[in-house]
Amino acid sequence: MKRYKTDLHIHSCLSPCGDLDMSPRRIVKRCREIGLDIIALCDHNSAENAAPAVRLGKDLGVQVLPGMEINSREEVHTLAIFDTVDQALAMQERIYGALNGTNRPEVFGDQVRANEFDEVEGFNDRLLIGAVDLGLKEIISNIHKLGGLSIASHIDRPSYSLLSQLGFVPPGVDLDAVEVSRPQWMKEEGKDILKDLGLPAVTFSDAHFLAEIGRRLSVFCMEAATVEELRLALWGKWGRTVEM
Amino acid sequence: MKVADIIGRFSLEVSAGESGLEREVTGGYCGDLLSDVMANAEKGTIWITIQRHQNIVAVALLKELAAIVLANGCRPDPETVEKAKEEGIPLLFSALPAYKLAGMLYELGIE
Repeated sequence: MKRYKTDLHIHSCLSPCGDLDMSPRRIVKRCREIGLDIIALCDHNSAENAAPAVRLGKDLGVQVLPGMEINSREEVHTLAIFDTVDQALAMQERIYGALNGTNRPEVFGDQVRANEFDEVEGFNDRLLIGAVDLGLKEIISNIHKLGGLSIASHIDRPSYSLLSQLGFVPPGVDLDAVEVSRPQWMKEEGKDILKDLGLPAVTFSDAHFLAEIGRRLSVFCMEAATVEELRLALWGKWGRTVEM
Repeated sequence: MKVADIIGRFSLEVSAGESGLEREVTGGYCGDLLSDVMANAEKGTIWITIQRHQNIVAVALLKELAAIVLANGCRPDPETVEKAKEEGIPLLFSALPAYKLAGMLYELGIE
């Protein structure tokens, strides 16, 4: 069993709120420098920078999983993490089909598509910060159909979180885990909430700037850097574990 | 004032929960973040929202709200209608935006 330092919530310069320095190359280099083993690139409602990041990860020795952070109709943010770029792009197609509006870079920020050589390939002009016209339940079921992992983002935050938007976890929502952004919350006000949820909890950085990468991470003990192994570790199956 | 009176005045459409139309309305609240509504809405309130998720019914039950009004033409999720039927929570529907609905209710004396 190997120990993987894991940060599955990193935004690139494709997210309107992501720093322009967050190119796939700089992100992966930074992850290698600080010793992260597995990361996921999760831009808002898009996976267009995932492919260069995955290729760079192979070159530089960091396991990069393609993903996205989807904003549901209820304005709940959820991470979708996949094994392959094709899966992430299939999810992206479904999301784009339900995402309306055009970005205004002067208001929300630039949405840069970058290649693995640190060059600008173009700009995404969709309103990536917006909510897609799909309910949370439908989004999670789509993620699972494509073989991905769904983790509710920063559930302890006062905005765009499962708990802020919906008050509590609705019945029939088939999440794989929840992400908590303040470990202190888990010990205090979130303690009973998490107990009632009955879902594994993890913490990641939600980095929008290079210096934020890995500021929070979870350590997965498992056999390989795959979605299936992550799932086993989250549920503590077959000797796999996860700790914060 | 009863839920039924308000429906009549504003020609709201009833999606579910007809059995609760005789409830007394003692106040109003607007909000789409259910965490906020759970914390701040008072019993007997008519609640205006654009949140369509089925959890709105549970919040209305928990806080003993008089009725839910979905504003701005937002259609409820099918599960939401089912839940409201089961629980007898009046689920109303209006094409008007929340601001206008709230203003009209306020003018009626619901504060």
